[in-house]
Amino acid sequence: MLNHAEASEKFIEDAERTTWHDETLWFVRSKRDKVSKLLPEWEALREQASQIKDHTLANLGQYLEEFEANAKKNGIIVHWAKDAQEHNEIVHSIISKHGGKALVKSKSMLTEECHLNDFLTKKGVEVVDTDLGERIVQFRNEVPSHIVLPAIHLKKEDVGETFHEFLGTPKGNKDPQFLTEAARQHLRGYFLGANVAITGVNFAVAETGEFVVCTNEGNADMGAHLAKVHIACMGIEKMIPKRKDLGVFLRLLARSATGQLITTYSSHFAKPREGQEMHIVLVDNGRTRQLARDEFRNSLKCIRCAACFNTCPVYRRSGGHSYHQPVAGPIGSILAPNFDKSANVDLPFASTLCGSCSNVCPVKINIHEQLWFWRQDLMKDGLAPLGKSLSMKGMAFVFSNPTIFKMAGYMGRMVMRFAPFIVNNSLNPWFKQREMPEAPKESFQSWYKNRK
Amino acid sequence: MRVALFVPCYVDQFYPQVAIASLELLEKLGIEVHVPSNQTCCGQPMANSGFASSTEGCDTNFSKNFDGFDYIVGPSGSCILHLKEHHPSEKIRKSVFEICEFLVDVLKVKSLSANFPHKIGLHQSCHGQRGLHLSSMTELNEKPFSKLASLLDLVKGVEYVYPERADECCGFGGTFCVTEEAVSVRMGQDRVESHLKNGIEFIVGGDTSCLMHMEGILKRQGSKVQVKHIVEILNHA
Repeated sequence: MLNHAEASEKFIEDAERTTWHDETLWFVRSKRDKVSKLLPEWEALREQASQIKDHTLANLGQYLEEFEANAKKNGIIVHWAKDAQEHNEIVHSIISKHGGKALVKSKSMLTEECHLNDFLTKKGVEVVDTDLGERIVQFRNEVPSHIVLPAIHLKKEDVGETFHEFLGTPKGNKDPQFLTEAARQHLRGYFLGANVAITGVNFAVAETGEFVVCTNEGNADMGAHLAKVHIACMGIEKMIPKRKDLGVFLRLLARSATGQLITTYSSHFAKPREGQEMHIVLVDNGRTRQLARDEFRNSLKCIRCAACFNTCPVYRRSGGHSYHQPVAGPIGSILAPNFDKSANVDLPFASTLCGSCSNVCPVKINIHEQLWFWRQDLMKDGLAPLGKSLSMKGMAFVFSNPTIFKMAGYMGRMVMRFAPFIVNNSLNPWFKQREMPEAPKESFQSWYKNRK
Repeated sequence: MRVALFVPCYVDQFYPQVAIASLELLEKLGIEVHVPSNQTCCGQPMANSGFASSTEGCDTNFSKNFDGFDYIVGPSGSCILHLKEHHPSEKIRKSVFEICEFLVDVLKVKSLSANFPHKIGLHQSCHGQRGLHLSSMTELNEKPFSKLASLLDLVKGVEYVYPERADECCGFGGTFCVTEEAVSVRMGQDRVESHLKNGIEFIVGGDTSCLMHMEGILKRQGSKVQVKHIVEILNHA
């Protein structure tokens, strides 16, 4: 597996595509700016959302139990899963009970996190992602590169080729409307045939036991309304205390995500319709571990709007797959080490710490500060490559000793003045695409000494 | 008031003109400036690389040099932010000021005798801007302001313009500039390009590190456009 720097380098090799990716996502960020600035109370809304989430996380156990009790009262069957494995087994057992061979799925990053598709496919169940972008990446055997715009790494030409291969559309056709229609016709059969539908959850309301799913395409609704069994999978952090809190979150979510005032569908699921079976799977999968970490707790406030992706100058130029995780971007980089530190040691370093992510976050997660804290945590665990620890020790030594610092600085400058080939070569990553600064004759301190 | 000039290590070694301009500018404004001679580094390169645990020697040396000053002023938003957030001494954390912040908030400078008849692109580096809040940020719903720009308003002849995406990061990012070389350079190239579109002669900012990165890119492209730290403009007769 390539690390973030290596994968990014590959992505950037296609300069034109990088420009297109960067500009497309910047356009989304700009739309977000425009609509957020139409609301004089925008910053107050962010603050309120942040406080509601802080409060909920501080009392998560209580709200989860309240939610469970109310959901059961409504006739929903509630399951608890401690990890991805348990989640997948629960979902599979529900499907088996109903003799399901195919299911339709919409809007669930959690099932990506749990690798549910792989699990079910191995058990002989056909999983069909119904959202257009997710279906496209599923055909290509890829993972989403963005949590809201899963196929944003692809151009319409790529989609045309993929659909030609999998749906038999005419070769070379890249007309978005034509291709979308082809996907609709293809999916229609699955919607009508599947007896199980899986959706994600955006918000679960403790007070009422209902859950809310926000979509633009309406596929979550179509799936849930047609299938005999609806399974909603959610991380335990999706909880909010009251229905009225949606007045805060629904206003923030779509504005932050795509610059829309509200998603096309904000569907409330409160109880099964007659003859339907409705399940909720509440998944921990490391969330309580994160909850116990003071520095990283409030990463669980995330409402998965992806505003931090769209604003991140690194993400826009490296593509989602460079993060080698289902959730990419800045938020992914602070969530991933919680799952596996050594596999994700590169991610907190895939940032300049510019801080733009924290500024756009609708629930005020201090993302860039958590990146910094993860860096400390991972290095403390000894996950630095040997060369790096040595150079850091060397640096620490030089900077602790003014005399050595002056000598090293002097020697460095002299080398650059009189033997520049020592630094101006391919071993120096700075020099690959940038000139080195010109080395002056004397340092400021030596100038200052002579001045007096 | 006892004022010390903090000269970031790489400024001391590679950009002495920035420290000289800082010193002269403060002196012109009637400040008696002390320059502790055994200062080295703020510790940021290690801390941002995940080795904050190794900065003890650095922190101690900083304290040794700067204890006892009312104001510790430095021409770098990034180093100042690091000290403000992570130096173990509360006294130090409270005494450090980025130089523009010091001129605007402490000295409340209302006029300068500077003259710089050129068109410049203003680069508001992230740590100064978002970390120290030296200017408003495009992500937030807040009233526009800029301490850097308000100082440039006091300089005769200068015309400053912002690039498109006024506060996008240039991609320097400390060790990021070599560990993530490809992204870093691409960000820098994009930033430089958007400045050049404005037909400017200089890219001017408050952090020499960002400027060094963009300078490296400009020079590799063979561009005549130069970079300058804002104090060099404010001190330009």
